[in-house]
Amino acid sequence: MIENTKFQSAYNFAFLDERTKREIRRKILKAVAVPGYQVPYSSPEMPIARGWGTGGLHITLAIIGREDTLKVIDQGSDASVNACSLRQFIERMTGCATTFDSAAASLIQTRHRIPEEILTEQQILVFQVPQPEILRSVERHENKTRLMHAEADYSKLWVSLYEAYVRYGSLMRGAGYPVRVNGRFMMSPSPIPRWDVPNLSGARCLYLFGAGREKRIYAVPPHTTVEPLEFEDVRFRVEDWHGTLCAYSDQGQAFLDEIYEEDSTRKFVVNDSNFLDKLRGGPRPPQRLFQNPQ
Amino acid sequence: MGYVAVKGGQEAIANAAELVEYYRLRAATPPIEIEQIRTQMRLLVDKVMGEGSLYAPDHAALAIKQNEGDVFEAAFVLRAYRATLNREFASEILNTREMFIRRRISAAFRDIPGGQILGPTRDYSHRLFDPALATETLHSVEAFLNAIDCKIDLAKIAQIPAYGKVIDLLQAEGLLLPRDNSDRRVADVTREALKFPCPRSASLQMMARAETGGLMCLGYSTMRGFAAGGHGTVGELRVGDVPVRVKDPRGRVRYLGKVTLTECEMVNSAKGSKRAANVPYLSVGYGLCFGQNETKAICMGMLDNSLREPNEANPANSQEFTLYHTEGVESYGFTNHLKLPHYVTFQSGLDNLRESMQRTLASYAGLTVEPAAK
Repeated sequence: MIENTKFQSAYNFAFLDERTKREIRRKILKAVAVPGYQVPYSSPEMPIARGWGTGGLHITLAIIGREDTLKVIDQGSDASVNACSLRQFIERMTGCATTFDSAAASLIQTRHRIPEEILTEQQILVFQVPQPEILRSVERHENKTRLMHAEADYSKLWVSLYEAYVRYGSLMRGAGYPVRVNGRFMMSPSPIPRWDVPNLSGARCLYLFGAGREKRIYAVPPHTTVEPLEFEDVRFRVEDWHGTLCAYSDQGQAFLDEIYEEDSTRKFVVNDSNFLDKLRGGPRPPQRLFQNPQ
Repeated sequence: MGYVAVKGGQEAIANAAELVEYYRLRAATPPIEIEQIRTQMRLLVDKVMGEGSLYAPDHAALAIKQNEGDVFEAAFVLRAYRATLNREFASEILNTREMFIRRRISAAFRDIPGGQILGPTRDYSHRLFDPALATETLHSVEAFLNAIDCKIDLAKIAQIPAYGKVIDLLQAEGLLLPRDNSDRRVADVTREALKFPCPRSASLQMMARAETGGLMCLGYSTMRGFAAGGHGTVGELRVGDVPVRVKDPRGRVRYLGKVTLTECEMVNSAKGSKRAANVPYLSVGYGLCFGQNETKAICMGMLDNSLREPNEANPANSQEFTLYHTEGVESYGFTNHLKLPHYVTFQSGLDNLRESMQRTLASYAGLTVEPAAK
């Protein structure tokens, strides 16, 4: 029989062993040094399934310190089940303070959203990335996409945008809109809505991207130029709710969720849960807003 | 906190965990002991150890129990645990010629030096229910074991030799394609992301950890025309125990213990090099995995062969396709992530779709109206 102690060894602070943390930190430094470039890393298995935020977790656990205050969001919400699960795991493994307040967090792990409220120099936003390769939709082989990045050969991506325009009258890119970072690498911003894409550029905070299953880390350092792909005469546009206001806060100018009621009527609600709480509780927090071209 | 935080994700997770535990136990039957799983679910434990990439029968058995027999989950638990372990040593190269043979067959020759040893297998058992098992008791088990014990001659076991390998015969005769073995890089797929084309060591490591069903799917495809060469021949398939040794800091080689392995050499016709393109050599594809998992070892052998003849037209001739998509823990995780909410991405797509749809419908409407106006 197994002795009871056999399965109960304690885990290291922040779960990962120190060697793995060092390796991941080195890769993060490289990613910061070459904005938008995908750095391969070890990506050890985590107790969370692949595709459920392991890449984000690796980064968070590699850089978190005891004095950090953590926030985890999924689809903009602190209360989404997977956000709860990840927050609980990191909390258990580090004992760090957690918060729902976007302004109070020093480290935010996110899936598919950037908080509406402006993030500062004191904050790091860690994205969970399902598919880091922006060229995957036009080239399925990894060795070829790496070569295309190396040669800055992005013609296939441009052609795919052009074809979408010819066929549908718009670029038809929803979430995960292709961007060019620092005038060099094309990058997937992870499946954030277009609404969030302009906030990547010239930000005060550090953006780190972790793709666990695909074993890649990349970064957008503070004050880096990030341009969504667009043509001179066909411009990038963010989602437009045509003046619709949030049913709970009577305010607009934020990413809205479409919610269907029992009787199939629909209403719109501010997606960012903490932003909504703040809208309802007091003055509107500072935001960077993008104006769609006319 | 405000309205969104009261959705109660945290509470839902806790309730779900409690409920699934209730489902595991609600029939109130006696708990299965880890030792029972380890011994009576031997092949399942072997499979989980192989896919979990950790030779730890007790841990594998616990993982199986904890997940109500879900192999994907069990292998995943083992992998996650494995990733927390520091690597203190790398073993000396295992010598499977030292294997204590439990089973060893060759399909290539009627007789081989040392003989064919069928060993423990259900290959030739008829797939009929055995109703006696439904009422099996400890008493009947003991009676069976006593009967077997009488047949075992301990003196003979001590005399069992190590067996040479069938491919040695082929090699000695010069039938095997001379391979360029200059690439001696030993990759570690657990510490480094794959880059393609990857060295054979990485390819074999990935397959040794791969999901059995996934490997079988692609291995099978090579036999149905989705790779050149038709089906190969099992040069040798052996199952048994192999000693593991490490070198201590003072350079002395220390014996650690034995692991049970399945090893397979698949022999196939090979394309010659440019210099001797018309010489019909044979090539050997190598399969090795933990425990007794013959399907996996055979498929790995077939795929090792097919992967050395790159051809993007066939999944089994493509390293990227084969190695990425047979990786069980990754494909299982990503497939299941579809259950996570995606409403932000969906909303972003809807926005495009609605606009484009309105624009297109409006343009159609214009077309029908125009001729009427004329």
